[in-house]
Amino acid sequence: MHEMSLAESIRGIVDEARERNPFERVRTVVLALGELAAVEPESLRFCFDAVMKGGPAEGAELRIEQVPGQGWCRACASSMVLHALYEPCPACGAYGVEVTGGNRMQVLELEVE
Amino acid sequence: MCGVCGCGAGEVRIEGGGQEALLPGRYRPLRGPVAFGFFPGRSSGQGGERTRRLRVERDILALNDTEAGANRRWLMARRILALNLVSSPGAGKTSLLVRTVEALQGRWPVAVIEGDQQTCFDAERIRATGVAALQINTGKGCHLDARMVGRALPGLKPVEGSLLFIENVGNLVCPAAFDLGEAAKVVVLSVTEGDDKPLKYPDMFAAARLMLLNKTDLLPYVDFSVERALEFARRINPQLEVLLLSARTGEGMDAWLAWLEARAVDAGGAGARDQGRPEQAGQEAQRSCC
Repeated sequence: MHEMSLAESIRGIVDEARERNPFERVRTVVLALGELAAVEPESLRFCFDAVMKGGPAEGAELRIEQVPGQGWCRACASSMVLHALYEPCPACGAYGVEVTGGNRMQVLELEVE
Repeated sequence: MCGVCGCGAGEVRIEGGGQEALLPGRYRPLRGPVAFGFFPGRSSGQGGERTRRLRVERDILALNDTEAGANRRWLMARRILALNLVSSPGAGKTSLLVRTVEALQGRWPVAVIEGDQQTCFDAERIRATGVAALQINTGKGCHLDARMVGRALPGLKPVEGSLLFIENVGNLVCPAAFDLGEAAKVVVLSVTEGDDKPLKYPDMFAAARLMLLNKTDLLPYVDFSVERALEFARRINPQLEVLLLSARTGEGMDAWLAWLEARAVDAGGAGARDQGRPEQAGQEAQRSCC
């Protein structure tokens, strides 16, 4: 899913960071990737390598920190770890669990030189 | 090109707007304060003291979301109700739009942005009804993004108080993640697809406010359980509103038109006064493509 667009956005974030804090090149890009963010990490790695070519992050390592999905059940008000959007509440079996975390994707930090 | 769905850094073409190479130099620095922490002294073993860490903490979709916010302010300031129509290819979005704009003619000003990888066929179908339409070709891209829509708006010039349909690229996956500045996403599912689609592509059904179940005239001929489809869709999104219709026969269109009018009342009550996007206000549209 749209991993190429996401890789382009990461490149944009790298360029912005470089404007503010000049550096020669990026050694590592660290991402926090939510389990429910609908991103395929392996596909993102492939796109990352392609998109970073010719820029300061060419050849950089992409380190992905997975963030578990979290949910809250409207029916029984319990909180849980959620692995997919359509999972029922493990406590009461109701569907329609509200996502409360693990649906974002962030560039956390850059290791630069 | 992306190995999963074929999306990639192709070239976007907007009618009258020329072509835009997406890479490099697509990005503009964001306005306003952005925190980029600088932590000298923390260095990794591999690079020795030459390396340093920059704390960034930026959402990967922040660039799109900023553009979407600007679009939303621009639309709200003009009391324009914008709806983002999404579906898999062939669910009947364009036929539904043609039928809808014909029904609204003389009652409500309408404009349409059409998104496809290639061709201006869809915009031409809409324009044949007399309604203004602008085509965006995403090239290899698999979805519209907020920047493309932002560039199309000044050219299309939707009038104050109008209804703007944005027909996204036929794709039940990628458009779910990209806010365009719309008031709501409307997902179109047709009965010639599987009734288990909401579970197979949950992100889109989670992002939508309304589901239109289209091609109901074909229900006697296909193994599609409306009950099952609705149950699956509401497992993903309990608040999802659902309407059944057939764009071909017109059955159910009245309820859809009533839904649109109720949303228009909501849009008219919107209080934004920010005119936004002044840098694009002077751009002129040309209707020459394809």
